[in-house]
Amino acid sequence: MTDAYHARVEELPWVDPAPRNGLLEVFKRRYLLRLLVRREISARYSGSFLGLMWSYINPLSQFFIYFFVIGVLIGLHKNVPNFAIHMFCGIILTHYFQETFNAGTRSIVRNKAIVRKMAMPNEMFPVASMLVSLYHVGPQMIILLIACLAYGWVPDPGGMLAVVLALLIIMILGTAMALLFSAANVFFRDWSSVVNILTNLVRFGVPMIYPYSIVDERFGELARFYLLNPIADAVLLFQRAFWVGTTDHPEELARTDLPEHLFLIGFAMIPVCLVILVIAQWVFSRLERKIPERI
Amino acid sequence: MSLETIRCENVTKEFTLRYHRTFKQVTVALAKGRKVSDTFRAVDDVSFTVSAGESIGLMGLNGSGKSTLLKMINGVMRPDHGTVRTRGRIAGLIATGAGFHPQLSGEENIRLNAAILGMSEKEIDRKYDEIVAFSEIDTKFLKTEVGHYSSGMSARLGFSVAIHVDSEIFLADEVLAVGDRPFKRKCLKKMEQIRDSGRTLFYVSHAAGSVRRMCTRVLVLEKGRLIFDGDVDEGIKLLHYDEDKEENEPDRDEDTDADEELGADI
Repeated sequence: MTDAYHARVEELPWVDPAPRNGLLEVFKRRYLLRLLVRREISARYSGSFLGLMWSYINPLSQFFIYFFVIGVLIGLHKNVPNFAIHMFCGIILTHYFQETFNAGTRSIVRNKAIVRKMAMPNEMFPVASMLVSLYHVGPQMIILLIACLAYGWVPDPGGMLAVVLALLIIMILGTAMALLFSAANVFFRDWSSVVNILTNLVRFGVPMIYPYSIVDERFGELARFYLLNPIADAVLLFQRAFWVGTTDHPEELARTDLPEHLFLIGFAMIPVCLVILVIAQWVFSRLERKIPERI
Repeated sequence: MSLETIRCENVTKEFTLRYHRTFKQVTVALAKGRKVSDTFRAVDDVSFTVSAGESIGLMGLNGSGKSTLLKMINGVMRPDHGTVRTRGRIAGLIATGAGFHPQLSGEENIRLNAAILGMSEKEIDRKYDEIVAFSEIDTKFLKTEVGHYSSGMSARLGFSVAIHVDSEIFLADEVLAVGDRPFKRKCLKKMEQIRDSGRTLFYVSHAAGSVRRMCTRVLVLEKGRLIFDGDVDEGIKLLHYDEDKEENEPDRDEDTDADEELGADI
């Protein structure tokens, strides 16, 4: 028995007991990831009575505030056809990004009991946060789809591609930011306050409460710097997929309210976000060795 | 025949001590010319190898670096200098408790913990009942949050999960410190089985009796340095852990001997 055991152990490679492959390791251990995601879905609102409903109350309240202040009060309602859909496209994506960023940043600190004692790739926690937030996007998409169909919107292949691109951009960028700040947050909790400020910026840096045509008008040539923001591009792609199709003159609107070469920009943003993700992973790996002792 | 499963070469781990926590405190301290932080070596240039079938007793006073060394072997921490290499799966407990999430139920924690230790879904499903049975925790508690468990209960559960992982290396850091006597006996028996099956056992304890019973070799740490590596009795003598008890009592029953010593674990 021990001989057989020895023979088996002899086959095993010498490894560094600390996990080293970062995100790659996370996707190799899918069962663990699934467990984490499943339990965070139920734990994110633990101790609250309305629970999961907060995921809808939050964006809906945002929606109504903006709709009345920007749309009705300031009057953008009239200039932008189907302003509600226009805005809801933005709210879904920015809310997804903010949830990922906020929850992801706090994820490692929140799981400190595990991080202190168990050897596992700590990237697991921010990635799980991103997936949990993605899970909440589903029902919001359904609400959006129903609204669009009511306006006589018909799905088209280009639009579907835009949806996939937009979601990919947010998923990759959200993971990168969550990764970066989750490690930083272990060292100083100040970082979660920084995240709050940044997420506030996100809301106004995308064509959500105002149409892209305004940006194009005011900034002219400089508008391309505005398009360097991947979240803005994702929102524009979403508007291409849903909002444009709900209006009376889609082609006309696509020309005035969407930037030129939108799909090209969208495709270009995927590698850009991937580069950001690689940088985030690199920083994370640097900081990680001090995490168990600082947490 | 010796088959190595753990190799530590010149392993060093430094910790940074921070005396001030806020921006204000740090600036004041810097202005007054005081030290803001300091480093100390928790583990200092430790080298050793362990073979399959060996059971190592890791001993030393509080703060001598035992848990830090164990954390590096199990991969929670990375050494600042030197290398740690291991072969096969590692399971076990570090510093009495398992890595349980206080807000999760016992059942969820069993699955999460087992998955972190590298068990597959099927493996967990197969062993789940066994794990629960070994821990002797009432099933009605398994649905409640682990944060409400007594320290003994969560230690039981942690030990139970770790022991059911098919690991090549088993780490037991003061596992017996919080359990009651019947559970301690059960744990010791289980660890003896591990030892006899040819796996590698790493056992941290202050109880000379249980180390004597369990281990084939002793490592002694003092202020992070490895000051002794070798025979069990000599190691215990070096720490003077044998003084408060008569050594030369040949007719003393081994079981009661170990049993009394178990109490000293606390």
